[in-house]
Amino acid sequence: MKKSVFYGTLVAAGLAGGAALAQSATLSEVQSRGHLNCGVTTGLVGFAAPNASGEWEGFDVGVCRAVAAAVFGDATAVEFVPTTGQTRFTALASGEVDMLARNTTWTFSRDVDLAFEFVGINYYDGQGFMVPRALGVSSAMELDGATVCIQTGTTTELNLADFFASNNMSYEPVPIETNAEAQQQFLAGACDVYTTDASGLAATRATFEDPSAYVVLPEIISKEPLGPLVRHGDNEWGDIVRWTLNVLIAAEELGITSANVMELAQGTDNPEINRMLGTEGEYGPMLGLSQDWAVNVIAAVGNYGELFEQNIGEATPIGLSRGLNAQWTDGGLLYSPPFR
Amino acid sequence: MATITDPPSEGFRLSQLLYDTRYRSMTIQVIAFILIMSGLWWLANNTVQNLAALGKDFDFGFLSNRAGYDINQRLIEYSNNSTHGRAALVGILNTLLVAVLGCICATIIGIFAGVLRLSKNWIVARLMTVYVEGFRNIPLLLWIIVIFAVMTESAPQPRDFRENGSASMILFDSVAVTNRGIFIPKVVFTRSLGGNEVHTIEEAAPDAEEEAPRAAVGVYGSSRIATGGAGGSSNDDAAVSARDDDSASGVSREEGEIIPTSSGTDWVLILGVLLASVVGARFISRWATARQEATGIRPKGAGWMQIGLIVLPVVAVLIALGATLEYPSLQGFNFGGGIQLRNSLIALWFALSLYTGAFIAEIVRAGILSVSKGQTEAAFALGLRPSRTMNLVILPQALRVIVPPLISQYLNLTKNSSLAIAVGYMDVRSTLGGITINQTGRELEGMLLLGLFYLATSLVISGAMNLYNNSVKLKER
Amino acid sequence: MSETHSHSASYVRREMLPQQDPPALQTGAVKWLRENLFSGWLNTILTILSIFVVYWVLAHILPWMLGGIWTADSLTECREIRDQLYGEGGREVACWAVLVDRWHQLLFGFYPDDSYWRPILSLIVFGAAVAPVLYESVSRKLLLLTPLAPFIIFWLLWGGTIWGPLAVLAGFVLGWAVFRFGEPVIGSLGATLAAILVPILYWLFAAGPIASGLSSALPIGIESVPSDDFGGFMLALVIGIAGIVLSLPLGIVLALGRQSDLFIVNKFSVIFIEVIRGVPLIVWLFTASLLLNYFLPPGTNFDLMLRVIIMVTLFSSAYIAEVVRGGLAALPRGQYEGADSLGLDYWQSMRLVILPQALKISIPGIVSTFIGLFKDTTLVVFIGLLDPIGFSNSIRASTDWNGVYWELFIFIGLCFFICCFSMSRYSQFLERKLRTDHR
Repeated sequence: MKKSVFYGTLVAAGLAGGAALAQSATLSEVQSRGHLNCGVTTGLVGFAAPNASGEWEGFDVGVCRAVAAAVFGDATAVEFVPTTGQTRFTALASGEVDMLARNTTWTFSRDVDLAFEFVGINYYDGQGFMVPRALGVSSAMELDGATVCIQTGTTTELNLADFFASNNMSYEPVPIETNAEAQQQFLAGACDVYTTDASGLAATRATFEDPSAYVVLPEIISKEPLGPLVRHGDNEWGDIVRWTLNVLIAAEELGITSANVMELAQGTDNPEINRMLGTEGEYGPMLGLSQDWAVNVIAAVGNYGELFEQNIGEATPIGLSRGLNAQWTDGGLLYSPPFR
Repeated sequence: MATITDPPSEGFRLSQLLYDTRYRSMTIQVIAFILIMSGLWWLANNTVQNLAALGKDFDFGFLSNRAGYDINQRLIEYSNNSTHGRAALVGILNTLLVAVLGCICATIIGIFAGVLRLSKNWIVARLMTVYVEGFRNIPLLLWIIVIFAVMTESAPQPRDFRENGSASMILFDSVAVTNRGIFIPKVVFTRSLGGNEVHTIEEAAPDAEEEAPRAAVGVYGSSRIATGGAGGSSNDDAAVSARDDDSASGVSREEGEIIPTSSGTDWVLILGVLLASVVGARFISRWATARQEATGIRPKGAGWMQIGLIVLPVVAVLIALGATLEYPSLQGFNFGGGIQLRNSLIALWFALSLYTGAFIAEIVRAGILSVSKGQTEAAFALGLRPSRTMNLVILPQALRVIVPPLISQYLNLTKNSSLAIAVGYMDVRSTLGGITINQTGRELEGMLLLGLFYLATSLVISGAMNLYNNSVKLKER
Repeated sequence: MSETHSHSASYVRREMLPQQDPPALQTGAVKWLRENLFSGWLNTILTILSIFVVYWVLAHILPWMLGGIWTADSLTECREIRDQLYGEGGREVACWAVLVDRWHQLLFGFYPDDSYWRPILSLIVFGAAVAPVLYESVSRKLLLLTPLAPFIIFWLLWGGTIWGPLAVLAGFVLGWAVFRFGEPVIGSLGATLAAILVPILYWLFAAGPIASGLSSALPIGIESVPSDDFGGFMLALVIGIAGIVLSLPLGIVLALGRQSDLFIVNKFSVIFIEVIRGVPLIVWLFTASLLLNYFLPPGTNFDLMLRVIIMVTLFSSAYIAEVVRGGLAALPRGQYEGADSLGLDYWQSMRLVILPQALKISIPGIVSTFIGLFKDTTLVVFIGLLDPIGFSNSIRASTDWNGVYWELFIFIGLCFFICCFSMSRYSQFLERKLRTDHR
């Protein structure tokens, strides 16, 4: 690919008519390329960040790795493309990335107007507020006149405007480009309130020098269903990403973990497990993947619960509780359609 | 290249297009034109095809849709119900504001630093060198971020201004320097041309009963979304009321009292009067000079007349409008009243000025050095004092060297103001080129408008400065 | 005359007095202090003020910097060590451990650790290639390296088979050969056209198969590194250097176009230069990131870094054009007339007489353009490329280092300062050398 790129430049980029990107053939393109291009954030604690040896880690990264494992049987066959709030949709629309796993809120206009397909929800979030304890505020309704730090390029600023307008309160927005700066501004007291998704608030608060000096207010002012998305028009590829996500969720429900998946893949009494893990039926080939695609996914990244606990769960410094993101059997909203 | 060739006697041949100097330039131009046009057509055609493939159209209609987001700093009326077009306009004005402020400030800083760098005082000269080299060799983006962070870290929070707080207002309690910005008193009018509202009881803080029914608007509940460990659970302790209830409801007023306000018409009137007085003062000055040239004696009191002509009418207008100062005061979370110079504006302004100032300092230094030493010596020999030497001999000559690169520095500053996003200053790049594009997905139209705006601004600035340059440059006769 | 005078006036001292030491106020450090720091009340005030400023800044920064903690695995650990050392709630100190842990990412991005020698070697090759241009004392033989350097650097950085760059290089050789041997046969104009057309056709249709054929037959190569792995300072340098080097030819053409008498060529050059210069780089970068895909044929897709390099090249070519125009304008009129009088045609006179001189006096301007461009590469953070500032954000997004702020910025600022300062010193050295007036 690089060679063609190099020639392309030399021929003034103009005469380079690259191979046409057929919209319906993302899978074959990914397969021939040998790796998946997955759009992630440039860095969000717990969801996507490179570690000291340059490997990307995090909850969203896990979804990318799962898809790579499903397609190639190799969770490392993925190139992570960092995108900002502004560039993410163009990157996906132009085919620069095959999928976006970048805490993106599923909204009507993004789905319909921007022509993307949200394949599911991997994290149910909502916009919340964090304030210093010393401020003595216990409810978002007391925030009239407050100065609010927000990250730009997200749905956050619209939600905030709606919330304060509908409650007849005034506020002063301080838009900030990155989380790191917003954090610095908030800690220095340049804003009274820091607002972003509740998960982000918890993750940010966990790294403060004195977390107990800050409280996350109980109000959640928006629904932020975050999920991976692909381009409109390639349903086969959309199916692969959707059912990879469903494998993660269903595996937890069915008690399949990365530890026991190999054992269960030999065949079990539960026909759904058998269908999913490929000992019964032809589910993998129907997607254009191998028979043991789901086994690869779970063996590589674990099930949804494992992914959660590893990256953002209560055992990590971020310490998020499952809340809405528990299985439907545990009172959460995670509900995978059956493998049938 | 004047070439004398006899016109060929025989008729026109096709090869003449290439080998005859009379036609060759025409041929080359036509070929270049065709190539460029086909290149442009190719780009346009691709764009049309790509837009069609993505199911998008090319339409500026989004500018009249509701924007839905708020902008903290606005020079004109704007709310989240305004349109994207208006948001872009707010951004444009903000860009122009910071550009104008920055250019003025950068020039002052640059001249000071440039002159001081030539100072004989070793430590001052070194310090200025450190300043100039530091700012010239480190990216502006880094400076903007660092200056913004230093300002928020070093200034006190509004909370500290509460009673028993560690900070207090300065200049007779009229100015508050906080890490959200500097609050200064605002001039308001009790007899504003825009009309004044009369204070009534209904306008006071809403009653508690009113608050109850709308308390839940826009809230999606709380408990089940993960809020992480101890964060959400221990709010009860936090409810200890630290807020000053009196100040939260604003300044208490009696019923029937007129609320001073200021409207645009007031300021137009004041500026108009000021402008008229300045023009008048210029006339007096010209008359005085003419008298001086004719009689050799400058009329006594001309200077006082000028000052009086400038000051008195404005004062009269201010009194007529009933001007008073509205002091900022701590209200609830933040200071209210007065004018807030937001930190984002100050940080950006400061960073742009310091950065461009470092470049201007070098230009000024080079300009002063370019005037040969003989000029200074000649001026001294004529008995001119050092200050007059500078004003009458050195600067006019140095200015000719200084002005052209200064223009390009002003242009750079204006273009660099597009980094405002780093400190959350809502310039046109952040509104039109940022949130609007992001919310509407109209990147092609948005970027086109943005580019056109910057281009127009650059052309206007360079045009205006070139006019000035022509007026100061050496008149060759 | 003085001699006669001395004889007639008896009271004049005849023998020399022994030399006395100057007064204490006029010697050594005291004199220097008086003359340089306290020569007047204004200077005294300025001096005291400056000393106070310096003291104040150092007093605030030095303890924080010098007390910094160098060994820790996370910010939390840093804070624990600090509390142990200075007591709970004691002074704040820097946590330099983040640099120890992540310096390689700030410098090289995700580039594989065992291949760090490759970017370093590329930098050395680049230095060697430009040295004969920048310094006259360096051996001219190194100039042979200069045209080859881009290919060597490309191969070193991106890796892969060596045949790819070689196949492209062969295109240039082919073009030169066609011109050289075609000129006597089909004339200058035809040869020029052929020398442009033949390599393009070769690159489009022959270079790819040849390179892949050769590499399968004789696989010589190093590990291939995708551009996604480029980051940190390396990214800034690659974008900056590629932008300047690639924009030089375009900039020269534009400068000539702007000087040209041909109406259409002139106007197009002016419009191009003014449009590019009138719009901030960040808008162009967003164009590269958001819009370039619209302008290219449907389905064309290449990576973001390349798009950025293309945009940066176009951007800096407008600035280079203005610098070169300045060089062209600074040449005495006689040089143009002399070239004309020798009977040289336009391209010959440009190639042999005008440009060598004009480019030489443009070098300081080109270097400053490069410094500006290099600093401006930090803007790519807004389109999601991981330059040093972008990487600092990513580093803060790991749970270990979330909350680290100043340390990273200080490191980045220092690196930029070292690079840019040394370049600007060079530029000043060159300006001094080129200045011919003795004042």
